[in-house]
Amino acid sequence: MIGMAMYQPQIETMPQDQLRALQSERLVKQVKHVWDNVPYYRKKMEDKGVSPDDIKGIEDLHKLPFVTKDDLRECYPYGLMAKPLSECVRIHSTSGTTGKRVVAYYTQHDVDLWEDCCARAIMAAGGTKDDVVHVAYGYGLFTGGAGLHGGSHKVGSLTLPMSSGNTDRQLQFMEDLGSTILCCTPSYAAYLAESIHERGLQDKIHLKAGIFGAEAWSEDMRRDIENKLGIKAYDIYGLTELSGPGVSYECTEQAGMHICEDHFIAEIIDPDTGEVLPDGTKGELVFTSITKEAFPLLRYRTKDICVLNREPCACGRTHVRMAKPMGRSDDMLIIRGVNVFPSQIEEVLLKVSGGDITPNYQIIVGRENNTDTLDINVEMSEALFSDDIRSVERIEKNIVAQLRSMLGIGAKVHLVNPKTIARSEGKAVRIIDKRKI
Amino acid sequence: MLIKQISVFVENAPGQLSEVTKVLGESGIDMSALSLADTSEFGILRLIVNDPDKACEVLREHHFIVKQNDVLAAVIDDRPGGLTGVLDILANVNVSVEYMYAFVGSKDGHAVVVIRPDKADVAIAALEANHVSTLDPKDVYRL
Repeated sequence: MIGMAMYQPQIETMPQDQLRALQSERLVKQVKHVWDNVPYYRKKMEDKGVSPDDIKGIEDLHKLPFVTKDDLRECYPYGLMAKPLSECVRIHSTSGTTGKRVVAYYTQHDVDLWEDCCARAIMAAGGTKDDVVHVAYGYGLFTGGAGLHGGSHKVGSLTLPMSSGNTDRQLQFMEDLGSTILCCTPSYAAYLAESIHERGLQDKIHLKAGIFGAEAWSEDMRRDIENKLGIKAYDIYGLTELSGPGVSYECTEQAGMHICEDHFIAEIIDPDTGEVLPDGTKGELVFTSITKEAFPLLRYRTKDICVLNREPCACGRTHVRMAKPMGRSDDMLIIRGVNVFPSQIEEVLLKVSGGDITPNYQIIVGRENNTDTLDINVEMSEALFSDDIRSVERIEKNIVAQLRSMLGIGAKVHLVNPKTIARSEGKAVRIIDKRKI
Repeated sequence: MLIKQISVFVENAPGQLSEVTKVLGESGIDMSALSLADTSEFGILRLIVNDPDKACEVLREHHFIVKQNDVLAAVIDDRPGGLTGVLDILANVNVSVEYMYAFVGSKDGHAVVVIRPDKADVAIAALEANHVSTLDPKDVYRL
């Protein structure tokens, strides 16, 4: 066996056929649990003409109806609970920026299994009981802080419950207590790295690894953080609806995130037809939680566009790996027949501006003479600006050229005044699709 | 001597320029030279004002993108061919002019041009050696 110790080696390296059998057994049980305890699910299944008797194993998963965020909102706050409140010990909640909040419930058993997943992630990043785990994710309704905190306890590491913000205090503790593993969002990691450099603290910080998630980040950003902090930076993925961080996580190979398949069954579907696609095909990621008691979700559509990879991993783990999500199906635009994700445009803007901050932007899709048009408004910043016309024009041309090479289509870029892109509830309105088809 | 120039990003939209001049006017900033460079998409308004730091501050407060740069203000004879003499001096020492524009009005029979050279040190030394005076910040901000 190459690499580091594992938290639950027997499960993490379980042969795939055994893992499939375990998933089948748990799925059958979960479907019965849901049918018996959640009237909303039972109705959904009845509407589709499916009963628990039809689900004999993982091969029957496709017969079950999908669940979407709309279902969760419709059922807010108690509609999808499968255990009485008296059995629950915790809630967490999504930020609610895209609509009504989603509240997820946990029994003690649910919390335990979730923390196991986070413990696997920490050990996969090289963590042991001798590490000092610096948790700078937010604590509270957000799952980031609680998840990694619990996982770190299970590994037996010294856990620093820093929560987010207060950079002075973060750096002080990092230095004084010798933090070795940093857990936070990638943007905060980049900010901390910057602050460490500004203050010349590189020699006093002893981080060796970072576990960064809850936000989209690019490979360029990973390299930048790794170089600045002198660490290995690992990605972690999760959704409040499923538990929180730790649904999948990277190992030292940094080649995709291993999904905890003993707890979650992953499928890739065609977002338009709902048809299940073979492994290796790009599509929408769908999860079924097969061990959750209080808030089990069957075939939950994440809207994340992703690819699964079942090739054996050099780390020895057998659990399927998911690629970094390439975007969200509800964000995906089809422009002149090409799939375009705002995240791709964001990557170009980040690269061109040469900084750590993506300029604010807005994508406007229109249609002229039966051809789609793509216009991108980019808010000007002092980093991009110069007194010289040519250098400003060069930036504009560079964005256009990079977009063409990444997307294969032409775009018009307009530099606009700062603070002019409309914001809704503090979040910029990124996409305006004016096409009427 | 180098003087401070401020550059402001202006979108190509009606009312953009007047917004800049309004902000400056309301703050008691006096402009003594300006040029607008534009493309089909945007413009850069370059200004010499009496108080560059304050001008930057009030523009930033109004969400404008501003930069300060050093430029030189050369005093030339206000007569045909006056500018050529200065440009020749710069060309002889291999200095390129990125852009230039003139001050509003003249001063004791002299005109003043703002020049953004690519090599400021070389440009100043060459002008001095040829007895072309450049304005001191103190003089400029009082103009």
